[in-house]
Amino acid sequence: MNPILEVEHLSISFTQYQTGMRQRELQVVHDLSLTIEAGSIVAVVGSSGSGKSLLAHGILGILPYNAHMAGMIRYQGKPLDPQLAGHLRGTEIVLVPQGVAYLDPLMKIGAQIRKGKKDKTALTRCRNVLNRYGLGPETENLYPFELSGGMARRVLISTAAVESPKLIVADEPTPGLDAAAAKRILTHFRELADDGAGVLLITHDLELALSVADRVTVIYAGETIENAAVTDFNNGKIYHPYTKALWNALPQNGFVPISGTQPYPGEIVSGCLFAPRCPDRTKDCQEKNIPYSPVGAGYVRCLNAKKGGIV
Amino acid sequence: MKHRLQFAGKKLIRMALLLLGVSLAAFLLVNASPLDPLQTNVGQAALGSMSQEQIENLKAYWGTDTPPVQRYLSWLGGILQGDMGTSLLYRQPVAQVIGQRLASSFWLMAFAWVLSGILGLLLGMAAGMNRGKWPDKLIRGYCLTISSTPVFWLALLLLIIFSVWLGIFPIGLSVPIGMESGSITFADRIQHAVLPALTLSITGVANIALHTREKMIDILDSDYILFARARGESNRSILWRHCLRNVALPAITLQFASISEIIGGSVLVEQVFSYPGLGQAAVTAGLGSDLPLLLGITVVTAAMVFGGNLAADLLYGAVDPKIRKGASRK
Repeated sequence: MNPILEVEHLSISFTQYQTGMRQRELQVVHDLSLTIEAGSIVAVVGSSGSGKSLLAHGILGILPYNAHMAGMIRYQGKPLDPQLAGHLRGTEIVLVPQGVAYLDPLMKIGAQIRKGKKDKTALTRCRNVLNRYGLGPETENLYPFELSGGMARRVLISTAAVESPKLIVADEPTPGLDAAAAKRILTHFRELADDGAGVLLITHDLELALSVADRVTVIYAGETIENAAVTDFNNGKIYHPYTKALWNALPQNGFVPISGTQPYPGEIVSGCLFAPRCPDRTKDCQEKNIPYSPVGAGYVRCLNAKKGGIV
Repeated sequence: MKHRLQFAGKKLIRMALLLLGVSLAAFLLVNASPLDPLQTNVGQAALGSMSQEQIENLKAYWGTDTPPVQRYLSWLGGILQGDMGTSLLYRQPVAQVIGQRLASSFWLMAFAWVLSGILGLLLGMAAGMNRGKWPDKLIRGYCLTISSTPVFWLALLLLIIFSVWLGIFPIGLSVPIGMESGSITFADRIQHAVLPALTLSITGVANIALHTREKMIDILDSDYILFARARGESNRSILWRHCLRNVALPAITLQFASISEIIGGSVLVEQVFSYPGLGQAAVTAGLGSDLPLLLGITVVTAAMVFGGNLAADLLYGAVDPKIRKGASRK
């Protein structure tokens, strides 16, 4: 298999001004690593504030000016530096954003999909891609405010599919849709992956992620804590206590909540970021640096999993 | 269609009520003014040498012996029949005085209005795009300084620099002194209008630029600009295709709302430059207790401001697809 995207030890921090002229570096993303193969969907699951969207913006090279990114991102084996990202975004690497707010409210859908091009090829491509997602040619003349939630989502996928991309970054493409509509949208990503693209599906909905993805990467407080195949979830081969908590919180798996909250960026926590909420924490968990190490066919950031003692 | 008629009807009623209120307020203010029209217009000495009969005649001419309610009602009655009355100072029909003054003020105000609109939009966009950097600081500094500068003071400053020191522009009036009206050229008129128009523009720019800057920052922070960048659109494309389109809507409102400021500013500016326009006539009428002229000017300028706001409303409906499509669906 050839990885289309490799992210290694990605960290993102922001320069903030505190009272007066004092600056501080606020680290939001600490250590993200993941790999996406061509033709597969990797779901990135995490709660709000875990750094999911920043990962997407980092890959596309559209972080705000006061953000600093470190670590390595490789696209088809080449380092994805700002120049390359600027060259590829919108053509080979595309973003499917969350909702209709990402469309220019004063521009017709057709013009937005075509990015203003008016030549014949652009027009046909636009027609075809709308047609592919069950939208008639009249959609071209609508404004974003005239779209229903489901239509808006299909239009946003159209903006990506019209480019014949190799890497699709989908940032929460389904909120506000009922389960059936959300499933339908996700099958469109499956089709794009089956056509050979790599899909990075960012979501907070583990259940939806499991229904469409090949692998799932879980993020907690700006760190990747587990990477596992979808089948591993059903077979009980997930090791990190947070991943297990997410799994057990699903209605069909007991609906069990855990107490506590994810630490805020800037809160000083040494050792494992999840330790304060972990039932199995040891003294080492709170002091040592926890490596992201291979366990089985995936990766886990947990000292206990390394010992292989828990399943 | 029905919707349009309803809209127009509502606006017309509102305009009638507004003009009634404005004229009443202006009338009450003149009435409460401590100026005695006889003393101001005839002079203390001349008044003393007049017979009682002559004074009575003058009182009747200035209308000081008529009860206020009756004066207002008779003015209102005239207006409803299309008669704005006769100016007491100019001894001409008010409509004619306003017509002449408006003609000479119009180009002044139109030039200032267009220039401040375009400049304000461009400066505001430039500042918003360079938020926090030196062009933004420069433009913001300029706008804040100008906003806190009185118009008449700025007018005096320009007058001193360009007319007195440099001698590029005339120090006042709308045409050269002592010239036959037939031999006055268009260039003469332009040369006399440049400084007043410039003063009005300079002050008008600040407000529009600061508002546009805020809007521009909102737009640049918006999700759709982020998405446009994610789709690989160049900065130029983002600016022309997305920013300009979205900043244009509030700019239209601002531009038409600024008519009131231009008219208000013209009163002061025309006074400084002795420019015989509507603004100057308003000052003369106010100080000379020329009630029909003052009420006439007040009503006409109020109607212009109202017309500007109405134009903004109508244009908004034509430009904003949400309003346009929403209205046609009804």
